[in-house]
Amino acid sequence: MLHLILFLLFGAFCLAGAVNLLAQSHPINSALSLIVVMASLAGEYLLLGAEFVAIIQVIVYAGAIMVLFIFVIMMLNAGREEVTRGSRIAILLGVPGVITGSLLVGWVLLFHANTVSVPIGAEHGGPTQIARLLFHEFLLPFEVTSVLILIAIMGAVVLASKPEAVAKSHPPQPPKEVPELVGAGKEH
Amino acid sequence: MVPLSYYLVLSGILFACGVLGFLIKRNIITIFLSIELMLNGVNLSFVAFAAQWHVLSGQIFVFFVMVVAAAEAAVGLAIIIAVYRTRETLNVDQVNLLKL
Amino acid sequence: MTPNKYLWLIPMFPLAGAAINGFFGRHSSKRAITAVALTLCGASFGLAVLIAAGFSSASAPYYFDLAHWLRSGDFQVDFSFYLDQLSLVMMLVVTGVGFLIHIYSVGYMWDDDGYYRFMSYLNLFMFFMLTLVLAKNYLMMFIGWEGVGLASYLLIGFWFTKDSAASAGKKAFIVNRIGDFGFLIALFLLIKHFGTLDYPALFSKIQPLVPETAGVGLLTSIGILLMVGAAGKSAQIPLYVWLPDAMEGPTPVSALIHAATMVTAGVYMVARSHIIFERAPSASTVVAVIGTLTALFAATIGIAQTDIKKVLAYSTVSQLGYMFMACGVGAFSAGIFHLMTHAFFKGLLFLAAGSVIHGIGGEQDMRKMGGLRTYMPWTFATMGIATLAIAGIPPLAGFWSKDEILARAFDANWVYWLIGVITAFITSFYMFRLMYMTFGGDYRGGPAAHDVRHESADAHAMHDKHAKDELAHDTHGAPHHGEHGHGEPHESPWVMLGPLVVLAILSLFGGFIGIGDRFQHFLDPVFKAAAEPGLQEPVREAGENTREYLLMGISVAVAALGWFLAWLLYSSRPQLPARIAQHLGRLYTAVANKYYVDELYAAVFVNPLINGSTTILWHDIDQGAIDGTVNASADAARHISDELRHMQSGNLRSYAGWVAAGGAVVIAYMVWMGIR
Repeated sequence: MLHLILFLLFGAFCLAGAVNLLAQSHPINSALSLIVVMASLAGEYLLLGAEFVAIIQVIVYAGAIMVLFIFVIMMLNAGREEVTRGSRIAILLGVPGVITGSLLVGWVLLFHANTVSVPIGAEHGGPTQIARLLFHEFLLPFEVTSVLILIAIMGAVVLASKPEAVAKSHPPQPPKEVPELVGAGKEH
Repeated sequence: MVPLSYYLVLSGILFACGVLGFLIKRNIITIFLSIELMLNGVNLSFVAFAAQWHVLSGQIFVFFVMVVAAAEAAVGLAIIIAVYRTRETLNVDQVNLLKL
Repeated sequence: MTPNKYLWLIPMFPLAGAAINGFFGRHSSKRAITAVALTLCGASFGLAVLIAAGFSSASAPYYFDLAHWLRSGDFQVDFSFYLDQLSLVMMLVVTGVGFLIHIYSVGYMWDDDGYYRFMSYLNLFMFFMLTLVLAKNYLMMFIGWEGVGLASYLLIGFWFTKDSAASAGKKAFIVNRIGDFGFLIALFLLIKHFGTLDYPALFSKIQPLVPETAGVGLLTSIGILLMVGAAGKSAQIPLYVWLPDAMEGPTPVSALIHAATMVTAGVYMVARSHIIFERAPSASTVVAVIGTLTALFAATIGIAQTDIKKVLAYSTVSQLGYMFMACGVGAFSAGIFHLMTHAFFKGLLFLAAGSVIHGIGGEQDMRKMGGLRTYMPWTFATMGIATLAIAGIPPLAGFWSKDEILARAFDANWVYWLIGVITAFITSFYMFRLMYMTFGGDYRGGPAAHDVRHESADAHAMHDKHAKDELAHDTHGAPHHGEHGHGEPHESPWVMLGPLVVLAILSLFGGFIGIGDRFQHFLDPVFKAAAEPGLQEPVREAGENTREYLLMGISVAVAALGWFLAWLLYSSRPQLPARIAQHLGRLYTAVANKYYVDELYAAVFVNPLINGSTTILWHDIDQGAIDGTVNASADAARHISDELRHMQSGNLRSYAGWVAAGGAVVIAYMVWMGIR
């Protein structure tokens, strides 16, 4: 019983946040709503016993990624959304498509899925258990993701830096005379 | 004891909201936020199934999804910044140079 | 039946010659080309003579299976060769006369640029004709049949840059094709009902059948269809129209193909199928009637022709009619006998005509000839012998064969005999008319004759495709006389006269084979063994001899009468023909215009076909429907893609919309599959 109430509580917050994300016109409001969604989801994770994931969700997702979003929103000083009619297809085809798809899936899940009922804390995912799995079976993906993050950092830095900053670190070379071309490779 | 299908339905609704946001919104950053919402919905269903089958790999996968989402958010926002610099607008309808 | 392993070489030698000259002749010297062509043709002739010398009626017929060909269920056909008395006669005629004409062509076509092509085609023709004659089954005969049609097309249209020659070649091939259609249907019927096309097997199956006297049965249909094929190939009514046009080809071609050998293929085929005709009286009647009518019809046209080769062409049609008349009344050996003698004197006539044309510089109109006996004595002599032969003056060859036919025709039905006699009279008349116009009186040609050279159809006028060669007309190659004077007729070189002399000797003495029915008895094993009592040649009773001599006398008298009339009109009183023509008025114009048959065919068949093809087939179906469909599908593709490209809007949200919609479809499908 408690389980159900807690589930519905957190679920309501999730949905409220999600709907608010769609309803707001200023991106900062949408970002804050998303933070609400993430926090509620952390609660849902806890109900399912995924402690580690819930904490990570709060620290990394809501705490770092969303903050990054907010930084960018503030940096770009994006204002309210303008109303432009860009695409009829998106409204005419996409929205009905999404709605039908999700309704279908929901209907199947509720009435035709062979799922069981889970108790609170069904699968205990504490740090010990997660670590055991992470460093044994999933060691390679773990290492690869560190490389991935490294690449992402470098890419983000390069993409987001100002053009003159790039130019300053690579000053253009004046044309040299021919005999000195041999030594050109050593330059810079 | 909550039937697992409730969690899945919630996850589906979150995902649908994400897609709707992608379709309806015109600000590129809001669209990005909708993508993050989609990812979160999927994460929930991963954890739910991990609970049903009693396999911890579902939660490990959520871990990796988050890592990738972080990397993607970083690079994506950098791209948005670069686009903003050249086109002076965050309205996705006005970035249509690839129109046939 | 005994095997003879050299049979297949007889057609193969000329085939090798055709291939060698065809592939390598363009850059070879003329001597090399000549050597190849003559050696291989001569080898064929020599081998034929050797085989003939060793021919024994006891071991006949000979055969040789070269290779397997078709196997389809129970039906099989092989590349097999066959030699019995009938094919022996044909083989000797084809190789012998063919070899003589090859020699003649060396002289006649020496200056032509396409010399190597001509010799190659001639050898090719020999190959096909020999295949036809030596075949052991109808399908091999059909190969030869079609092949000689092809060779005829190639050779008639030899000077293909000339429109009339190209059209004549096409006309020959197309009209032949109509006949071939009948032939094919007959073959299909044979296959269907007897399951084989092999001569011995097929004929032994037909042998026990009874003659079909009531109505049109299977054998009658086959017979009539075979006759349709023969009418096409041998230029009988109604498919004779190609033969006069075929005179566009060089004269050796006219001699070889359209006098001596190819056109006789139809007669050979009918003779070979005699078993069928003997059991189908209605079909035999059709053959006889067609032959008789054609003989008379063509002879009447020949009276009014002014082109020397056209006269001979219609004469050929007429003489072929005689052969069919003979086959139609059951006198197959008589028909073959006439085929043989006809090859001699008609071949000679054409070659001599070629000599005449060559000697006066390309002129073919007899009104511009005359008095040539002093300029070309040898040609005059040999042609005179041939004319006597064809007119049926004893004791030359033509008399014996023609008389044999007329006697047997009389036995069958006196109407055939009467028409045959009338035709003999007309034949004699127009042949001697030709002689008097060409060789008698004074030479009517002159410098004026030179101008028509550019329009005349024959040899030396057509050197090259380039106009500049019209100036080079007067130069001739090595073996010729050096100076070619303007309008001065001259005798031909010995390379051309030699074959003339040989053929003249054969025309003089060749008929003696038939005395005492020796020729007929030679062919008996072919024709007698399977004859039905009904159509058998009647045994000569004692009192019949008088009747025979009476008929002979009438034929000779008639021939002499024709000669006299020709002398009267063209030698003694040359102004008479014009007055007679004027009196006859419209009748004369009709005859002179070949009874407008070509125009009739053009109006009834050719023009409707062409117009129908142009409007319906070309404009409506090809351009409208077929091109329209293809263009329409291309247009449809373009329009569809035109609409579809709006999907590529460059707008992010619309892409997402498409993805979402597609996703919904996939989800729906999966749900539906899961629910089922």
